[in-house]
Amino acid sequence: MAVTSSDPQDVLLDVADLRVHIPSPRGIVEAVDGVSFRIGRGEVVGIVGESGCGKSMLALSIMRLVPLPGRIASGRVSLLGRDLLGLSEREMRKVRGNEIGMIFQDPSASLNPVMKIGRQVRETIEAHYALPGDQARARSIEMLRAVRIPEPEIRAQDYPHQYSGGMRQRVMIGIGMANRPKLLIADEPTTALDVTVQAQIMELLRVMNEETGTAIILITHNIALVSRACSRVLVMYAGRIVESGPTAEVFDNPQHPYTAALLNAVPRIESRVEGGLATIEGRPPDLARKPVGCAFSPRCALRQAICVTDQPGVTAVSPDHSARCWLLADRNSPPPVKETRHGD
Amino acid sequence: MGKTDATAGKPLLEARDLRVWFPRSRGFLRGQDWIRAVDGISLGVLAGETLAVVGESGCGKTTLGRALSLLQRPTGGSVAFAEADLTRLRGRKLRAARRRLQMIFQDPYASLDPRQRVGAIVGEPLKIAGVDAKARQRRVAELLELVGLGAEMASRLPREFSGGQRQRIGIARALAAEPRLIICDEPLSALDVSIQAQIVNLLLTLQRQLGLTYLFISHDLAVVRQIATRVAVMYLGTLVELAETSALFAAPRHPYSLALLSSAPTLARRGAAADRPILLAGDPPSPVRLPSGCRFHTRCWLRERLGNPEICTTEAPRLVEEGGHRVACHFAAETSRQADSLMGPAPAAAVG
Amino acid sequence: MSALESTPALRPGGAFGAGLTRLLRAARARPTLTLSLLLLLLVVALAVFAPLLPYDAYRQNILHRNEVPSLKHWLGTDELGRDMVARIAVGARVSLIVAITATLIAVAIGVMVGTLSAYIGGVTDGVLMRFVDSMYAFPDTLFAILMAALIKGQLSSHISGFLAPLAEIYKLSGGLLGVLLTLGLTGWLTTSRLVRSQVLSLKNTEYVLACRLAGASDWFIIRTHLLPNVAPVILLSVTFIVPNAILLEAGLSFMGIGVDPPTPSWGTMIASGTQSIQSYPHLLIVPALAIGSTLLALNVIGDALRDLLDPARRRSGRA
Repeated sequence: MAVTSSDPQDVLLDVADLRVHIPSPRGIVEAVDGVSFRIGRGEVVGIVGESGCGKSMLALSIMRLVPLPGRIASGRVSLLGRDLLGLSEREMRKVRGNEIGMIFQDPSASLNPVMKIGRQVRETIEAHYALPGDQARARSIEMLRAVRIPEPEIRAQDYPHQYSGGMRQRVMIGIGMANRPKLLIADEPTTALDVTVQAQIMELLRVMNEETGTAIILITHNIALVSRACSRVLVMYAGRIVESGPTAEVFDNPQHPYTAALLNAVPRIESRVEGGLATIEGRPPDLARKPVGCAFSPRCALRQAICVTDQPGVTAVSPDHSARCWLLADRNSPPPVKETRHGD
Repeated sequence: MGKTDATAGKPLLEARDLRVWFPRSRGFLRGQDWIRAVDGISLGVLAGETLAVVGESGCGKTTLGRALSLLQRPTGGSVAFAEADLTRLRGRKLRAARRRLQMIFQDPYASLDPRQRVGAIVGEPLKIAGVDAKARQRRVAELLELVGLGAEMASRLPREFSGGQRQRIGIARALAAEPRLIICDEPLSALDVSIQAQIVNLLLTLQRQLGLTYLFISHDLAVVRQIATRVAVMYLGTLVELAETSALFAAPRHPYSLALLSSAPTLARRGAAADRPILLAGDPPSPVRLPSGCRFHTRCWLRERLGNPEICTTEAPRLVEEGGHRVACHFAAETSRQADSLMGPAPAAAVG
Repeated sequence: MSALESTPALRPGGAFGAGLTRLLRAARARPTLTLSLLLLLLVVALAVFAPLLPYDAYRQNILHRNEVPSLKHWLGTDELGRDMVARIAVGARVSLIVAITATLIAVAIGVMVGTLSAYIGGVTDGVLMRFVDSMYAFPDTLFAILMAALIKGQLSSHISGFLAPLAEIYKLSGGLLGVLLTLGLTGWLTTSRLVRSQVLSLKNTEYVLACRLAGASDWFIIRTHLLPNVAPVILLSVTFIVPNAILLEAGLSFMGIGVDPPTPSWGTMIASGTQSIQSYPHLLIVPALAIGSTLLALNVIGDALRDLLDPARRRSGRA
């Protein structure tokens, strides 16, 4: 059911030049700095980046949940052609939890500890649809069953502390999906979970996507996870998307030096790198004081003079694979992006 | 009682039938249960190696780390460090015998006293050992340089540093006591991916330069692959498998190890078939009410495939050694055979 | 790899200086806080410079008794002709001494009990905390009255033997010793609980574990890591103890079991003031205002300090 973003008929979410600014004593933090991308119906797209790259803020801004004093400074976010940024708060509330669902990293923080699970699922349903009590209840139990909670009628009467971490996250997915949203934003949904539970959750998300056609934005720092679960990936650095394209292609043939460096820095289960992992010099920039020019340039081994002074634009390497790098500007000579050999 | 390994020499750190049980009251006048966090573990860490202990949350690996360093007094069994039985010592004698066993911790934001300056933090082991201020200052400067921070950082407070840098400070502190063995308790979990690589490299370099031995506790198999010489897999307080790294990753013999390895996502390459992980049913059971017989049997995919043999519920398998590779499973030989048919060859075998 | 080029080093002078600047900055934003700080400063100044005032608080002048506030006596005179300003000032001194000493005693005992209880744990902890619980069961004012009466009774009559020096000090202090002992012995309960819970949570932090591994003795750990990190909790405690102590002393003095006359205390002044409330209201209003405004100021400052210390101070909203 997945469709690539280049098909204009099935564009679900269209984000154009989105900017989120957070005033701080150090200056304005440009948490999201001109981000543009599209999500097609039913697509599973990953947003990958390290902490502080702005991926969570991007997710929050799509939902218009940016915490004060931050604000969406400019840009456009439209869902099926409908501009979300122009909606009143009341209208936006009809969208949240209904057309767009969101799940977060820590399920314990997202669930009310003194409310029964069943009721929390029902809350989401009843916030948007006027259903008689027993119908809402039935629907909530159905959702719990759909997320593979065993004996949902009984377990709906339990409290969050009686559930394990994995089960709580399933409940969150159930709440997020309760109203069959067109888009589900998952912000680090498995980071706090064990690897075997993570596998279960990822499998659940895959099934949800297949059965309901809900598009998923998976935000994570785990590259391997994205490569398994997503058809497309957006790599973020310092508030900007530095590379985007089909997952397999981006990871097999990274065009941006940051992507390549990240791939080299990540240890692999498949093999061991002799002589230590390749590291990236330095640290991510202070988002209030980004370098002029390419944000990655201070740490880039392939830095040129122009990288320091001017921000690179987006260059398309193939119809759906593009990156922001001056090395690509000359399309005729492919950039010397190296990848470490993996021995055993 | 576990045999020491075929390679020569006694282990630097040895645990024999180590047990850590926590009492848990069942309520007023209702007696108590025991949480068997560590339940009969025997292993030895050889000088110069890196032994990784992997397992999921609740398996007891952190408690094991604490018990091995005697930060947590074991309920039973013994711990010997440099051939001195730590479990029999107390107070000053214990502190003296244990001095060259150090630890680095998981949370870089909790492992440094926020009110102390970096120089004082790193120099504290020296101060406790009675080194005078001037010599301390010199050594602290050396250590900070060694871990990649400048000597001038000694006057700063922890909150001025990032997570990765704090871990370096923690490492410098551990090194101040001139340890022979360092227990690393998930030191990378709280760090960003690119910073993890830096710290991994630092640890490897220091090991080479200073002849350190590591006990590396982690849940991240990819890092373990990078850094460990041998790997021990824990489940609910016991060891289920212990083998050389390459042997474990190429051909695990315990069904849990295989499930772990297959669950961890690997980078998909263009053209490679997407392999489906072996999914374990449910969540790890509570360490209070342990399953009968083999602790893993309630979630064991192998048992299911073999038609639910009785022995898994009645008899707990013992750790059996075969050529340096130890497994605790009644059907260890079956694991690889079944795995191939379930999901294609094990991931590592595909790489040249 | 040096990646700290952009972060400036912190100025030495540490937490106290930083805290003070934060308090002053908060004061700029909140006028009530500024007023309270100024008032407190005034009270302290009065207390410290009491001897420098033009009139003596003890000098009686019957001819000029019960005078209303005038240019000569800014707050008037009391029933024995003593200048009110001077009496308020000495009363302030009493309150200040009481506040400081009671706090010191309460904190000392509270920190000791709390730390030992939490660090040793086990049966010791159980016993100590049950003791604290049972002390809590007493209404503290009643207990203070009992203790004060007891001490006063024992120490003010003629005694010999080993209690004699204590009785001497009691007389010298003008009856203050009794009040101080009472306050010190009742004020430590909350502190001990706060300190205990803080130490419990600090006991197992990783840096304490690291310190143990480095070979530190328990005492080293307590004085290097636990006590310094317990300081914010102690400050929190102090913001409660001080106003409570002042109020309790005034109450005890009001009832006649606090300081001995002729030592002026705001409490005794209120006591004599109530008798002339119809004829000379200023005798009551002046000390009542003094104690009322001081307590109010202390509470405002205490509030502000508690807000500043509170780690969960983030605002959230929607954009």
